[in-house]
Amino acid sequence: MDRTYLPILLLFGFVAINAVVMVGLSHLTMRSRPSPVKDQPYESGIPPLGDARERFSVKFYMVAMLFIIFDIETVFMLPWSVYYRQLSCAQPLVNGVCPAGAVSFFGLGEMIVFILILLVGYIYVWKKGALQWD
Amino acid sequence: MSPSLSLALLQVVDRQAPAEFWPWFVATLVKLVALFTIYMIVVAYTTLAERKVSAWMQDRYGPNRVGPRGLFQPLADGLKNIMKEETLPPYANKVLFMLAPAMAFIPAMILWAVIPFAAPWASPWGRIEMQLAPLPIGLLFVIAFSSLGVYGIVLAGWSSNNKYALLGGLRSSAQMVSYEISMGMSLIPVLLVAGNVTLNEIVNQQASLHLWNVLTLGVGFFLYTVSAFAETNRLPFDLPEAESELITGYHTEYSAMKFSLFFIAEYANMLTQSAMIATLFFGGWDIPFMRADNVGAVSFPLVLLSFAIMFAKTLFFLFFFIWIRWTLPRFRYDQLMSIGWKVLLPIALAYIVIVAGTLLALDAAGLKRDFVYGAILFAVNAVLAVVMFRILDRGRIVSPAYGRLDPQELARLRSVSRARTHLTVSAGD
Repeated sequence: MDRTYLPILLLFGFVAINAVVMVGLSHLTMRSRPSPVKDQPYESGIPPLGDARERFSVKFYMVAMLFIIFDIETVFMLPWSVYYRQLSCAQPLVNGVCPAGAVSFFGLGEMIVFILILLVGYIYVWKKGALQWD
Repeated sequence: MSPSLSLALLQVVDRQAPAEFWPWFVATLVKLVALFTIYMIVVAYTTLAERKVSAWMQDRYGPNRVGPRGLFQPLADGLKNIMKEETLPPYANKVLFMLAPAMAFIPAMILWAVIPFAAPWASPWGRIEMQLAPLPIGLLFVIAFSSLGVYGIVLAGWSSNNKYALLGGLRSSAQMVSYEISMGMSLIPVLLVAGNVTLNEIVNQQASLHLWNVLTLGVGFFLYTVSAFAETNRLPFDLPEAESELITGYHTEYSAMKFSLFFIAEYANMLTQSAMIATLFFGGWDIPFMRADNVGAVSFPLVLLSFAIMFAKTLFFLFFFIWIRWTLPRFRYDQLMSIGWKVLLPIALAYIVIVAGTLLALDAAGLKRDFVYGAILFAVNAVLAVVMFRILDRGRIVSPAYGRLDPQELARLRSVSRARTHLTVSAGD
């Protein structure tokens, strides 16, 4: 049986049980005395005006969309960075070291092209004011 | 005793080979329970340390009533939170309201599973790794699970149906996703140098260069630490719970143990980030000036020594988090966003290219991966750090508080303030 991920599963179960027990314990031991005033939303003692489910700034949606784009770029960079030594060597590595004279610009060149394309989008987003908050 | 059993007992186990299933399983359970307990205790005492250190920095006593020097304060706090009345707001979305604290707590407590806290142990039953789960994906697991924490906060803010909680939740989600990008990108140079995502390999790589990553990748350390402060919602990035504006932000409506779960999650994240900084940039559990711990499993006293080293580093960074809290004022929200998007992101992108180029040049020069290699990387980073701080210090990218003022008006205000200071000083004489 593959046991690599088993500890994570055990830990997940253990932590989840702990969370339930802690909240459950406080439910069992507490005394509940609700009152109409206590049940109001807490807004520093001022009677709440209107509902909290209001519209909110479109900026937050913009950040969410930009996040998806740039986070995926990060995801693409992760495998590249781990494999960089192999990519920058024209021959197979010998004991993790590139044989003399076999250095290749392939890995670096690919990443520079990738980042340049990313940069065009980044400058566009900046100039459009999507990163501006006020 | 049957001959086969005594033979099995007498059999010499290769101490460097991975342990059999049952010794491994027992060791895993022991590690799980022991580490969880240590984690909870450290988290509890970090809350006390936060108050004590704050008191120390502000020249007052801090909690000193419960037990000697207030040492039992976390126990009293825990007991109080269990006994307290729990309000369930009638206007809230009940299911999400109950679920949100658990969704913040569970990822925060799972994160540490891959962090190696000591050198592997050459036990009589075989090699036992001193991390709960030596996953081949290591660092990726940490990145993935640390981004799950945002769900608990957003759901708490939204389900409470309270304006302040909603604003706190929104701010928090925007902040955490923004800094997640620079955090991910600041890790790329570490992976470029290590060539591996398992955290034990990153520790060993730092030992092989005889230099910690904080020296060889200093700019990356700066980027990661700033992002770590923003990810854990700590000052100077604690906008989600800026108490002067938002009461307490996303957990305004929470009380008793549900509030406690958020609190524990926040401090557990701090502890995990401290351990991550120690592992990625400060050599982790590596015993300085010793080779034996990097080539294979070691004896038990050495395991304890490496654990002590790792623990000391982690505690230092926990202190660092509190120290920064009382050193820097809170950023405005637009400043926070421009630091994330307009400063950290481009610096991280440029830094990736520069580090990759430097590594390529060093490989082309035929240098071996040892001290000289690290020293050259350090020199490059020192130059980069000076250039970076010179540029950041001009204060044009992140607009300061007087950013919208006319320069002439600013000069006038400054001269007025200078004249006033002068008056006060001469009056004092």
